[in-house]
Amino acid sequence: MAAPHDRGLSGFYLAIGTVALAGAGLLGYLVLRRPPASIPANVVVTAADTAGFRGYVLGADSAPLEVTEYADYQCPACQQFALVQMPSIEERLIRTGRVRWRYRDFPLDQIHRHARLAAHAAACAADQGRYWEMHRRIYLGQPEWSAERDATGRFRSYARELGLDPAAYDACMRAATHAGRIEASKREGERLGVPSTPTFLIGGRLYSGTGTVTYDILKGMLDSLARVGAR
Amino acid sequence: MKYWMAAALLSLTGFFVALYLYLWKLGLVGTLACGTGACEAVQLSPYSRFLGIEVPLIGAVGYLTLFLASLIGLRRPEDRRWAALLLGLSSGALLFTLYLQYLEFFVIGAVCRWCLVSAALVVLIFVASLLAWRRRSVPARVP
Repeated sequence: MAAPHDRGLSGFYLAIGTVALAGAGLLGYLVLRRPPASIPANVVVTAADTAGFRGYVLGADSAPLEVTEYADYQCPACQQFALVQMPSIEERLIRTGRVRWRYRDFPLDQIHRHARLAAHAAACAADQGRYWEMHRRIYLGQPEWSAERDATGRFRSYARELGLDPAAYDACMRAATHAGRIEASKREGERLGVPSTPTFLIGGRLYSGTGTVTYDILKGMLDSLARVGAR
Repeated sequence: MKYWMAAALLSLTGFFVALYLYLWKLGLVGTLACGTGACEAVQLSPYSRFLGIEVPLIGAVGYLTLFLASLIGLRRPEDRRWAALLLGLSSGALLFTLYLQYLEFFVIGAVCRWCLVSAALVVLIFVASLLAWRRRSVPARVP
């Protein structure tokens, strides 16, 4: 019959073995499981990625004011801007021909793991002429896909929901067709000194943060431009 | 003896927590299971390295050392030096943890749940090693 001391030790070694097995097993599983889909950042940016492409544009060429937005699909402040400020700006300034909007991707990969994938999903929707619909859908669904380990399925479901050709969309995503374009946008933002997202470039000046560009502020800028033009 | 066992079990648990965070930094375990996202902010901050070494790696090595010291001390209960060594190691770990928690709360401004788990483990290991050391220090009563 084992002494109480031995029984205590064997129980201890059993506990040690259990913790070791559970820890090693869990970490092994995490390391070996299938990695989530991603769009590479270390792509060679070719002339085709920049020539003729300077962001996704909304609004008339003749608009007196152009705003370039540098944003990250997974950034909550960008989502807030897209869903709260942008509808009013779009309705009252862009559709009325007074502002031209240019959206450029600025994915913050280190903190937003799905940002580049989201930007690429929107780029693939652009191939089918549905960029802005996908853009809005991705921002609207941000709380859902942000928390997921792999957001590929969620973006595919948005593509289906918007009536995109699923085969063309899948082929575009698989080939990471627009990876270079996204990286080119990011590098352009870095060159300009974009400090955070969203950042807006208006008349050569950068404005960072959601509250820095609103309908009222843009309206004020347009009024100033009109006054200067009238002199 | 139960204090040595507690210190060993807690150290082994801490080792896996630190190893998980280190594997994440190496990009080997996908996304960090954190909930708030603050873990990423802490792990990617400039303070995630100490003297050029990744903090989770320091943690993993530290926990492994504590684990081995606890196991040896458990097998040599009459040798007071192991109790002193374990207390010294756990005191160092406690001071380092306090420094890291200060950085999280007052400098980085984000709290990583895994770091809180690790801090709690270090406090418990320190208490266990203190009790193990005190037990060795008390002279046996002569009837």
